[in-house]
Formats: sequence, C-alpha cells, structure tokens
Amino acid sequence: MAMAIRIRVLLLFLFFLSLSHLTFSLYQDQVGLMDWHQQYIGKVKHAVFHTQKAGRKRVVVSTEENVIASLDLRRGEIFWRHVLGSNDTVNELDIALGKYVITLSSGGKYLRAWNLPDGQMIWESFLPGSTASRSILSIPTNLKDGKDDLILVYGSGSLYAVSSIDGEVLWTKDLASEGIDVQQLIHRHGSNIIYALGFIGSSHFATFEINAKNGELLKHDKVRFTGGFCGDISFLKSDTAVALDSTRSSLVSVRFRDGEISIEQVHISDLLLDSSGVAAILPYKLIEMVAVKVKEFIIFVKLTNEGKFVVVDQIDHTAIISDSLSILEDQQAIALIQHGDNKIQLTVKLVSDWSNHLIKETIYMDCQRGLAQRIFLNNYVRTDRSSGFRALIVMEDHSLLLVQQREIVWSREDGLASIVEVTTSELPLEKDSVSVATVEHSLLEWLKGHVLKLKGTLMLANPDDIAAIQKLRLQSSEKNKMTRDHNGFRKLIIVLTRAGKLFALHTGDGQIVWSVLLNSLRKSQTCEAPNVLTLHQWQVPHHHALDENPSILVLGRCGPNLDSPGVYSIVDANTGKELNSVGPFHSIVQIIPLPHTDSREQRLHLLIDKDWHAHLYPRSPEALAIFQREVGNIYWYSVEADNGILRGHAAKENCILQLPDEYCFGTRNLWSIVFPSESERIIATATRKLNEAVHTQAKVVADQDVMYKYISKNLLFIATVAPQAAGDIGSVTPDESWLVVYLVDTITGRILHRMTHYGSQGPVHAVVSENWVVYHYFNLRAHRYEMSVIEIYDQSRADNKDVLKLVLGKHNLTSAISAYTRTEVVTKQQSYFFSHSVKAISTTSTAKGITSKQLLIGTVGDQVLALDKRFLDPRRTLNPTQAEKEEGIIPLTDSLPIIPQSYVTHALKVEGLRGIVTVPAKLESTTLVFAHGVDLFFTRLAPSKTYDSLTEDFSYALLLITIVALVVAIFVTWILSERKELQEKWR
Amino acid sequence: MDKGKAIMGSGRRWAVEFTDNSASPSSRDIPDPPGFTRSSHDQDDSSVSKQKKDSEANWKSQKAWEVAQAPFKNLMMMGFMMWMAGSTVHLFSIGITFSALWQPISALQGVGKVFEPYKDNKVDLLGPKLAYIALNLVGLGLGVWKLNSLGLLPTHASDWVSSLPPAQEVEYSGGGFPLF
Repeated sequence: MAMAIRIRVLLLFLFFLSLSHLTFSLYQDQVGLMDWHQQYIGKVKHAVFHTQKAGRKRVVVSTEENVIASLDLRRGEIFWRHVLGSNDTVNELDIALGKYVITLSSGGKYLRAWNLPDGQMIWESFLPGSTASRSILSIPTNLKDGKDDLILVYGSGSLYAVSSIDGEVLWTKDLASEGIDVQQLIHRHGSNIIYALGFIGSSHFATFEINAKNGELLKHDKVRFTGGFCGDISFLKSDTAVALDSTRSSLVSVRFRDGEISIEQVHISDLLLDSSGVAAILPYKLIEMVAVKVKEFIIFVKLTNEGKFVVVDQIDHTAIISDSLSILEDQQAIALIQHGDNKIQLTVKLVSDWSNHLIKETIYMDCQRGLAQRIFLNNYVRTDRSSGFRALIVMEDHSLLLVQQREIVWSREDGLASIVEVTTSELPLEKDSVSVATVEHSLLEWLKGHVLKLKGTLMLANPDDIAAIQKLRLQSSEKNKMTRDHNGFRKLIIVLTRAGKLFALHTGDGQIVWSVLLNSLRKSQTCEAPNVLTLHQWQVPHHHALDENPSILVLGRCGPNLDSPGVYSIVDANTGKELNSVGPFHSIVQIIPLPHTDSREQRLHLLIDKDWHAHLYPRSPEALAIFQREVGNIYWYSVEADNGILRGHAAKENCILQLPDEYCFGTRNLWSIVFPSESERIIATATRKLNEAVHTQAKVVADQDVMYKYISKNLLFIATVAPQAAGDIGSVTPDESWLVVYLVDTITGRILHRMTHYGSQGPVHAVVSENWVVYHYFNLRAHRYEMSVIEIYDQSRADNKDVLKLVLGKHNLTSAISAYTRTEVVTKQQSYFFSHSVKAISTTSTAKGITSKQLLIGTVGDQVLALDKRFLDPRRTLNPTQAEKEEGIIPLTDSLPIIPQSYVTHALKVEGLRGIVTVPAKLESTTLVFAHGVDLFFTRLAPSKTYDSLTEDFSYALLLITIVALVVAIFVTWILSERKELQEKWR
Repeated sequence: MDKGKAIMGSGRRWAVEFTDNSASPSSRDIPDPPGFTRSSHDQDDSSVSKQKKDSEANWKSQKAWEVAQAPFKNLMMMGFMMWMAGSTVHLFSIGITFSALWQPISALQGVGKVFEPYKDNKVDLLGPKLAYIALNLVGLGLGVWKLNSLGLLPTHASDWVSSLPPAQEVEYSGGGFPLF
C-alpha cells in the first residue's frame, strides 16, 4: 500500500488541521514574531539642517534613491520619509520660511512643498518645459509679491516664480530661447531685480536682469571671452564668479557690477609652480573661495578686492570639503576631511582666517566604511556662546554618520537601500558543549515561560502577563542564535550593495552579522570606475568538505562598458573575510554556474567574455578534468535585446590567445532565433531557479488520471512587444500593439510554445517554476492589467498508464532524457485580469517541492501579496465537475481575487520594492521570503500551513499537564476499582 | 458406547448414565414382569433414540445453515452504511470501510469456532462453511471495493507515478542577458 495512501492520509490530517486554522493571515500579536522590517533612505546627496528652534533638531536629506527624509539629529531615526518614483530624481532641496521643505525633482519639472514637522505635502507644482537644462532652486529671503514670498526655479530652460503659499506659478520667463545656459540666479537683498547668470555658447558670459514682479526682461549684457569656457564655474559672493577656460589651464574671473562685466584671466601655472595637466573647479559652494583640483592636489583660491588670485592652501586631492556655512558676524566656515589609516581628520576653518582652525579632530573610523564622500556642516551655540560644530558624513559604503565632539553620535547603514543581488548561506553547525548552568537556567526560564503561556491560553493572564508573554515571544533568544537550527529558519542573507559592500544579515532579526567593503570593487589605480555585477554561491559544503566555511563569489567590472575588465572576489560567508580577489582580467559578459562541484564542493563557473570565450573557474586541474568530461553536455545562450537575437552556444577546444590558457575555451554558435526587428523587440526573459526542487513529474488530475509535466531546467520564457509599443502604457493604440511570448528550449533552440496577445503591452514580469510560467502585462483593449499562466505537459509520456508495468518498475520515466529527443509537448493557457501593476514577481520554494506554491507579487503599493497558484490554473472552468472540485479546482472567474489578509507584509511597506527572494527552509512546509527595495522585509511563509510542525504558541505545558492528569486519573480509578472488587468479594 | 457418546453430546449426561446403570446385566437376575419382552423394549428404545438423533442432526444442520447465512444480513447492513457514508474521504466513511474490512476478516479467522457447536458426524458442515466463507469474502470484497471507490487503493497509474522524481536531463544550459 504505497505512497498514495500515505499522502491521502496526510491530506486527511491536513484537512483536520486546516479546520482549526481557518484564517490565513497573522493575528495582531504575531506581528514581529517571525518577520522583521528595516527602513533605510539611501546615499544622501543633499542635507539641510533645521536646528534653530529649541524643539526637535532635525536634518532634512534627499538621497540617490529619490527619498526625502527628515532625520532626528540626536539618534538618526527617521521622523518622516517619502520615496519618490524611480525616475523622479531629486535635484534640489531647501527649507523655506522655516517650516516648508521645498524639493525640485525630475530635472526641474516638479516643485513640491512638504510640511517640515510631519512631512505632509503642502502643494505640488508641475513646471512644464521641454528643453533639458540644469535645474536651480533659489529661495531668496525677503522677495515678496504682496504678502507672498517667492520661490525662484530655473528648470527646463525657463525661469519660474512660484508662490510659497500655494505653489501657484506667478510668472514664467523662457530663457533658453534667449540662448543662455543659466548657471546661477542671484537676488540682492531689498531689490526687485533677479540676475540670471550663465553662458551663451561656449565663449560668452551673459547676465540677464529680470523684474521680480512680473518676469519682464529689463536688461541683458554679454561679454565675449576669446579663450572660451569649458563649463566649470563657481560663484563667489554676489558679484564675482570664477570659471575655467576651454583648455582647463587658466582661471577666469568674471565680475558683473552695475551692469558691467569684466573678465580677467590667470594661468594656473602662475599660481602653482608644477601645474601641468588639466584642472577642474570642484562644485562646492564656498562663497569667498574656489576649490580647484589640479593633478593630485586641491588648491583653494581667493579673489582679492583688486581682482587678484591668491592661493590660500593646497591639500591632497582625496580630501572632502563641505559647503561653507555662515556663522556669527557674517563669517564663513568650511569643513575639511582628510583620510588616514582607519581614521579621518575633521578640520573646521574660517575662510577669513585660514591659518587657524576652529576644530581639528581625529576620529577613528571602521575601515569597512571606506573613504568619506560628502560632508555637511552645521553649527550650534555652546553654553559659553562659542560655536560648536557637527558634521554629517556620507561614507564610501553609503552609510551616514553624525560626528560631534570627536564622537560618532550615530550611524546609519544606508547602503542597504540599494541592494543589487541577494543570496543566502548556512550558519555553522552547533557545537554540543553547553554548560549545565545555562541549561538549568534556561529550564527555569522555560518553565516560567510555559506557565505564562498556559495562563494565556486559559484566559487567566492579566495585562501585565500578556505584555510579558508578548515580550517573551518577540525576544526569543532561540531565533537569533549564530548556529544552524533543526528547521533551517536561521540563515545568513548575504546582500551585495551598489557601493560594493557585502552585508550578512541574520534571518532571525535582521542584525548585521558582518559587513565588508570589497577591496577589489573599490576605486584604485587599476580599477578606475568599478561597479558591482552580481554574486553567486561559490562553495556550499554539505557532504565532503564539512569543516570548511561556505563562500561567496562576487563579480565586478572596472568601467561602465561590457568590454571593461572584470574582477572577482571570494568571500568567506561565515566571517566575511575576503579569501581571494583577482583582477582586473578579461571582460565579463555572462556568468554560468555549472551543475558540477569539485571535491571541495566548489561550484564550477564559466565566465563568458565579450569575445565569447568561456573561462573556467576555479582554475584547478581537477575542475578542468570535470569540465572536460562534461563539456559535451554544457551549453549556453545569449539574449541580444538590441539585435533581437537569441543564440545558443557550446564550448569547443581551447581558445587561441597570445598566452596559452588551458582554462579558456572557444565557443561555437549552434543555433539562433532572430526576432524580426520591425515587429518584435525583446523586453523580458525568465528562467527557472537553478536550485528549485521538484517533487514529482506527474500531476494527478480528476478521476485519477495522470498528466506528465514537462520539467526542464533549460526552459526559457521570452517576451517581445511591437517596437512602437516599447514605451509607456498608453503610448500606442491597441491595434498597433502586441505582445508575443515564447517558450524556448535553450539546448536545441526549439520553440516549444508561441502565443500572441494582440492589443497588449509591456512591461512584462514573469516567473517560471516547475512546468509553468506566470506573466503579467497590460491589456490595452480592456484597459486593465492581466496575468496569464502557461502550463506545459509532456505528451510523449502520457501513454505510461499501465499499472502493472508501473508496479514492476518497467518504465523509463526516470531515465535521463536529452533535449534532442524532441519530446512532444502540449500547453494549457489561461488569462485573468489583475487589478494591480506589479513591481516584482516571484514564487515560494520549499526544500522538497511537495508543498503547494504561492506567487509572491510586489504590488504598486510596495507590498508583497501572496496569491495561491491554484488561482492561476489553466484547467479552471466555469462549472467544475465534482471530481475537479475535489481536486481543488476553483471555478473560473475573470479576475484574480486580492484578499487583504494575504498581504505578506501585513501593515508594512517595502518602499521602492525591487526584488523578492525566496529560500527554502529545512522544514518542508516553510519558505523564507526576503523582499528588498529601499526598505528590507523578511518573513517566513507556509503556503499549505505548517502541517509538519506545531505552532509557535503550542502549549507544551498544557499537554504535559493533561498527560499527568490522565495518568493520575488512571491510577485513582484503578485503586478505586480494586477496592470495590474486594468489597464485593467480602460480601 | 455409541449411544452414550451421542447422548453425552446432547448434554443429558448424568440421566443417561443412570438409566444405563439400571439396565445393566446385574439386574437380569430378577425376572422380567409378565408381558414384558426386553427385546422389544430394547428395539423400541433404540428406534426412539435414533429418531431423536436424526432430529438433532437436522436441527444442527439447520442451525449451521442459519449461522452460515448470518453474514448476509450483515452484508446488507454494511452496504446500506456504505451508501450512507458517501464516496468522499472523511472520518465516518473511513471508519465504516475499515469496519467493513475487519468484520469479514475476523469472521474468517474464526470459522472453526463458529461451527464447532454443530460439529457432528452426521452433519455435513462443508456446505454452510463454504457459504459462510463465501459471504464473508463478498463482504470483504465490498469493503475493498469501497476502499477503492474512496481512492485508497493503488489501482491507478496515478498512485504509482505520483511520487516519481523528474527525469534527469543530460544537457545543461545557462546564460541570459549580458550582465549589467
């Protein structure tokens, strides 16, 4: 009586369990038990302090993740935060009237005012314009129109005056049509004239005088400079600017006083003795000085009243400078950061008194934070009326620190807001040497805890007890241990951030176990502009090399192009130590992890370079031997979205290079699929996860019938749209838009299935698992989003229905198959409306693949929705038969239901959601889910409920007491019956 | 002895023995009363006991047949219960099915015991026994059929392939968009 019965009995058991667990979602007191949520903001690029009033001191920042946030200056916590859209870049940020935060974003198109205390939006103005230009936000003090303070904005080639009360645009002046490229807006205190300063062409400097009341152009002046300008300019005070000439070898001072412009030119070599090479003006606002980078130095240049350039100081080019801050009596203070080993030196100086410094502090700095990249200076008045300074420092790993009085007051790991890639790693095994004392202690605690829980279940607990129970559950030390657990819930999540830093987060509570800034991915002599690519599991010891730690492979590239040289690092996943780092070497276009490992359980990887040579890693003779043995069965494919070509390749003999390299292989093109460029453009692909476990190849349908799934790791889903429909939704009519999806076998290039959705458009988000694909797109005709499912079945196995043969094992269902056998496939497909747009889509994965699947959908509201795969079953019909109902087929509806309780993220939001990663736990019923964007969120899910374990709040004490009570009852009744029998006998 | 044994079987042991003793040859010294012929009495007695014996055998075989037919009622009852239980798997239907399986099996195990009281040289128990076994087998069959109709028997291909792992693939392929 085989497996089937056991499964049925299990199902029966499940059915009873599910009766006791009708709700799918969490209870309120379960929040935070197995999930955690972390909020970040990203790399800070603007910061404005708000510290004048006695109330809460705060700093308003905008970041490269398009976040505007108000942070508590004391602790670094977020008061409020807004995440703008992914293409709504914040250009400028300022505080107006002491109560509004004004932001200018999307290249000067959106001007918004936010309430400073609580972050509510006060108003928003759209400033139309088509010419791209730099965007300038200027909030002049005391420029009024009636009672209204004006905000000046230059964006999209026009100057706008905006009311600060309601954001109404009072007047507009198109300056781009005058040919000026505005660099600065100046308003002199008390006057009604606005000066717009900038270049006309490359050789003229122009000033425009504009009436602040109505935007009328009063006067314009321009002066020609024969040397030409290169574009770098810095404005000093209110009537002087310093620019660089087109050869970047001389400084040009421009004075524009009383409508007259005068220009003077000084060669940098006159200022500095050894100054060969090009110079650049650094974009700091220093008011009385200009910082110029020449070769390895930064020089500070002052302009005297006579118009003479004077070099004030010369420092190393790695130094970081703050904008100048006006302090008492109209003095300007500047902060400098210079780097040393494991420390930084913070200096604050007055511009007028450069030889002295107000502060010179050395601060110890974790070397894993890298170099400082930005500094924002703020002052406060000490009790003795002198000025104290605090500095907000942005580090190379995008973390944010507040430094005050030689101390790092707080730090934020904001690098975690820009995660590039995620993988997981197992924790080390537990060593069994627990001392007795801890056991006894924990036994007492254990009993106490269970007594409390018992009280809770018996409704005897008072509010204090309930609070204690909740605390106990949340602080369960069990979940934060640094060792592997029986259920596989405790793991390390290894994340790679855009800054090139690797973090290991503990799944228990999200704490950072270790972090490392990878040296190979840092800017250096050999690697000028490094960027991170991806990370892979390099070594996962579980059979042989158990004494070794797991390790992670991190790939990077020195430069922005595909042909830039690559680098790689191997990092110990338990300790975060960089074990090995190599490069720069050949370019990396593609990485292919192979399904083979060597004797140390290192996975073989192929790195494909731009010449389509395959480089084998690890570079060991053993790996080479394995590869050469398996080379006939190893293929790879490339998707060329620009040309619309899908190509399949295979490795051949060693490649011909100048230096012979036995680990390098040439590849040959086997097949290609060319999508006609006039009708199709590739927009999305999806494949199965490499490590996905599938329990069975058969699907039992109603009436005990069997369908055999087509399960192949080499299945590629590829979606193309009409070229004119590649833009935003609504940019084309339904008639000229279509979406074509393909299922391609990547060994032979055979198209298994092709389907055209007329009147549909991207973006397409797809997920492939087992034998099905689910994808999400927009239907232009229905004006709604749709989700489709394709299931693919192996028709050539369908005849295996003879029970006797199956009993005797005389079938070839489990023998290895080749893609060249050209299996006959059938597909089933169905589409449904889905009311949300989707940011990411993923599916749950479990250890053995027995548990039913759920789709995890990142919705437009930055939440994660779990949707049963049963809703996306192409065998759904309007009126399912009794047998189909028993099988669990849901009657067909035209749209997919969104059940509010099935939001995995419950009340939280994962702002700027980018990816959802699922990892199987050891417990078959459970999968771990990690969602990342600007925020991080982790939880564990049981798509078919936890049928293989007792729930967290199961009262063992109650069970124990019940058993004891039963045993006692048995004894008592036994004694009683003995006595009665004796009495009977005596009668 | 034959007689005694037979009577012994009928459960009137002591009474019979006493009469036997009284009819022992020791009392032959006393002459029979006139008009009494011992032989005829003996003959008469034997014919009566023979008659008795026949009726008892009849009665036994009748009883045995009754016992043999008893499972039929049971069968009807079971059938009704099964029909009531329906064809979905739940606690009630499983309980009924397993009792329907268990009853015939335990009955078959105790075939000898059930027919022991009716054991007799004169009574042919083979027929009732066979009928009894056959009816119980029918009951068992009904149980098995019910088990199958509940889907708890591995009689379909689906029961044998539902846990077959996917076939290994010979080739392996990886790749995708160029890394950016």
